[in-house]
Amino acid sequence: MAINIVIPTLLRNLTGNADLVELEAATVEEALHKLDETYPGFRARVCEPSGDLRQFINIYINGEDIRFLDNLASPIPGGAEVSIVPAIAGG
Amino acid sequence: MSFVYGLKCRECGRQYAKQPTAGCEDCFAPLEVAYDYDAIKRAISRAAISSREKNLWRYKELLPLDGDPVVGRASGATPLLKTNRLAQALGVKNLYIKNDSVNAPTLSFKDRVTAVAINKALEFNLSAVGCASTGNLANSVAANAAMAGLPAYILIPFDLEPSKVIGTSVYGANVIAVRGNYDDVNRLTSQVADRHGWGFVNVNLRPFYGEGSKSVGYEIAEQLGWRAPAAIICPMAGGSLISKIHQGLKEFEQLGLLDNEVTTRIYGAQAAGCNPIVDAVKRSSRQIKPVKPNTIARSLAIGNPADGYHAAGVIAESQGWAEDVTDAEIVDGIKLLAETEGIFTETAGGVTVAVTKKLIAQGRLDAEELMVIVITGNGLKTAEAVQLAPPIIIEPHINQFEQAIKGFAATSSL
Repeated sequence: MAINIVIPTLLRNLTGNADLVELEAATVEEALHKLDETYPGFRARVCEPSGDLRQFINIYINGEDIRFLDNLASPIPGGAEVSIVPAIAGG
Repeated sequence: MSFVYGLKCRECGRQYAKQPTAGCEDCFAPLEVAYDYDAIKRAISRAAISSREKNLWRYKELLPLDGDPVVGRASGATPLLKTNRLAQALGVKNLYIKNDSVNAPTLSFKDRVTAVAINKALEFNLSAVGCASTGNLANSVAANAAMAGLPAYILIPFDLEPSKVIGTSVYGANVIAVRGNYDDVNRLTSQVADRHGWGFVNVNLRPFYGEGSKSVGYEIAEQLGWRAPAAIICPMAGGSLISKIHQGLKEFEQLGLLDNEVTTRIYGAQAAGCNPIVDAVKRSSRQIKPVKPNTIARSLAIGNPADGYHAAGVIAESQGWAEDVTDAEIVDGIKLLAETEGIFTETAGGVTVAVTKKLIAQGRLDAEELMVIVITGNGLKTAEAVQLAPPIIIEPHINQFEQAIKGFAATSSL
């Protein structure tokens, strides 16, 4: 089932300025893999060379930080909204 | 005149033009303002600084404005007080308080960062300003936006302390309460900032905003007679302030403005109910594991602190440490500061006082050395956190008064 991925401004130069990408994926890892196939270089921007999510970027599934779930292995329910959001300063 | 030549990524070093920018396009790390320190060194001196008005603009060469400030002209220059009774209560000799609970215009250290950010919004000709906030930033952005004549869009958690909500709305700001915690508000704000071309002080104005915090470090050094203290104890939420204070001291050292070398140990304070940076320091790591906050110290309740990585690094490199305290200890800290020094601080200040007490008990702070506690906010904003016995009510008769004060004598604690 399709999911929607919200793309932040800082990554839109890779997605042809698209702010929302629809694709089918069962986990965050799979979603990143598919994004990387369509938009080469996408995964390297979001993840460290080690494969882990970069320190200064957050991914949320329906508003829940994947670091509270199963990180990149977190399952994505059908129809979910996945947001990729750079960290912002305290307030 | 500005000594800024651009922005630079704190982690990978990539350079950017001086414009509103949320973060590094390559690694998403925060950007920092890059200065021409050689030119600043020729322009700045103790005499020049001392001759200027008492506010944060006396350090204007080290702040990123292109012109003169329009708003925030009274911000900064808060008192540095040598404590007597608090030092005695904690068993130390040289304990100072940097008291930003009386900062202007809105009684917290955030007046320093918004002073810079809102002036930058004016310089960039932005049509509106905004922020995500746990309260103090909201107050300060709203007040300075009003003075600048800019509309303000302020996003806060829905269950914030009433005084912090009123202290934002009163300035005519557009306040949006989000059902969620601060980290939820942050996520939404980042998406709002992406969509609207406004100046969000902690998103696309963040590189400039953080610079205001350096003035805490400059002031501490100047007020100590151009010296860096042995230790600074500072509360941590997003983790920016603590590293900016350290940067301020290092800049003064680099510019030859100090009598001593900066060997200041930096100590971070958090609530036990939201301690992701303390946790990283105790693991000897810079990697932050986000938490779900649960503490009365709402202004420090950031579970995923964006500058935590850097803060943990600064603490470790300075050979400092970080500690956390329970909500009960926080309230005791607020009362201790009020009853010994006559300063009513908010919950964040209670955290800092209580952590200082803990660090002294652990032997991490020496009884003789010069230490400075940074008190960042005012107690009247979080008055409900301190549950006190209501006053005794009497009839207007002298004998009832005499009866009442017998009870006070019995319960006096200090």
